[in-house]
Amino acid sequence: MSYQSMEEAYARCEKDGIEFWKAVQLEDAEERDIKTEDSWKQMKGMWQAMLDSIDTYDPSLMSRSGLVGKEGGKMEEYLKKGDTLCGDYMAKVMANALKMGCNNACMKRIVAAPTAGACGVLPAVLVTYYREYEAPEERMIEAMYVAAGVGQIIANRAYLAGASGGCQAEIGSGSGMAAAAICHVKGGNKEQLGHACAMALKNLMGLVCDPVGGLVEVPCVKRNVGGAVNAMAAADMALAGIISQIPVDQVIDAMKEVGDRMDVSLKETGVGGVAGSVRAQEVVEKIF
Amino acid sequence: MANIFDILGPVMVGPSSSHTAGAVRIGLIARQLFGRQPDKAVVYLHGSFAATGKGHGTDKALIAGLLGMKPDDLRIPESFDIAEEMGMEFVIEPKELRDAHPNTAKIIMEEKGGKRLELQAYSIGGGRIRVSMLDGMEVNFSGETNTLIVRNQDQPGCITDVSTVLNLCKVNIATMQVFRARRGGSAVMVVETDQVVPKSAIEMLEGREGILKVTFLNVSEKE
Repeated sequence: MSYQSMEEAYARCEKDGIEFWKAVQLEDAEERDIKTEDSWKQMKGMWQAMLDSIDTYDPSLMSRSGLVGKEGGKMEEYLKKGDTLCGDYMAKVMANALKMGCNNACMKRIVAAPTAGACGVLPAVLVTYYREYEAPEERMIEAMYVAAGVGQIIANRAYLAGASGGCQAEIGSGSGMAAAAICHVKGGNKEQLGHACAMALKNLMGLVCDPVGGLVEVPCVKRNVGGAVNAMAAADMALAGIISQIPVDQVIDAMKEVGDRMDVSLKETGVGGVAGSVRAQEVVEKIF
Repeated sequence: MANIFDILGPVMVGPSSSHTAGAVRIGLIARQLFGRQPDKAVVYLHGSFAATGKGHGTDKALIAGLLGMKPDDLRIPESFDIAEEMGMEFVIEPKELRDAHPNTAKIIMEEKGGKRLELQAYSIGGGRIRVSMLDGMEVNFSGETNTLIVRNQDQPGCITDVSTVLNLCKVNIATMQVFRARRGGSAVMVVETDQVVPKSAIEMLEGREGILKVTFLNVSEKE
């Protein structure tokens, strides 16, 4: 049975004297009755698929509706000038998030993390760090386990689909997973990665799912940037010793409550939010 | 319950796990149940599949699945052209289906001058699906494990026949569901198995009285 709470996962860590990622891996191996080596191999495959996906980005492609596709290329050109407000590193994170979002919209191969619409957040945070700081690959794969473990607990207590809980469940969860994952890479302990996740989730709580025309394009591609930047900020706060005053499990439960109260027009129906704007209606008429 | 690779994963061609990856899976399972690539396929899109399918590539994804592609196949966007090259005719139309889940597709597959299979399935997100109708009979299975589907007359002994034959070839039954249209009418058994059901067992079953059609979905080995 997978962990129902971060507390339960922490207890396993303490009982066996292991790190958070290891507790996630052991649970996976036990649940599916496989060897930990096979679980690791599979996770390594996911990591490799993320690396490959970023590299396949093609700035000349456009999505089927023609709304998105070039954003990753534009950001990359801009950051080359060396004069970004967010600094070189964060601009690279943003470019990678856009590339993945565009890849998804243009029917390229991506890794859902936790969903296809939020596929850019985790690789933007992890792959950028891996390449810029030449971090050991093993550490990154451990971080993938951290992300997956956190995501599984969110799935068990709340949800990961925009249609169920709004964008807070997709980009919000992706951001919480990425915050915890990069916190692990930087040497954060299990409590710190929990705080990082909690802070990332709180910052995006209430985010609605309002895709124009119901397509995973606008505002989804750019929300990946929001999720990635937010994850980095939350991880830095946690590493600075700042704690979430609300425990992470209770933050997840609050997210569930907010999602349950959210109007159906704001849950991937393409009706409310920016999907309901005049411009969106014009776009929809042109596409369909 | 979802495992961690349902959270990180699947590796898939975008843009939507429900409308693209799930649609490929529906097409692929339809093909596997049919036993080969159909010569002709009629595809009906219902609900959200009909409303936003085009922008999500749901149409191309379903055809890709019928051609044997998996959800991470980079040729999915070109599936219409590939179908033409491979000689598979197809028609895709929106259609309101009664009491169907919003993300439902109905596929009718035909072999020239031969067999025909009708399947209805829906996408539940994360690239996972449920098959809901087979040849007009209500069913409910995921296609994630080996599945034996037996069409039979609703009469005593058919279920015993199936369990006896599976027992003889040492195949363990994981789950079993029985459905019937009406008492004494046509019925269907959906049996999920831990092992592959051998060809000899399927032939043995086909020869039994009251059994009309046997189909096996083999997920343990490639086509």
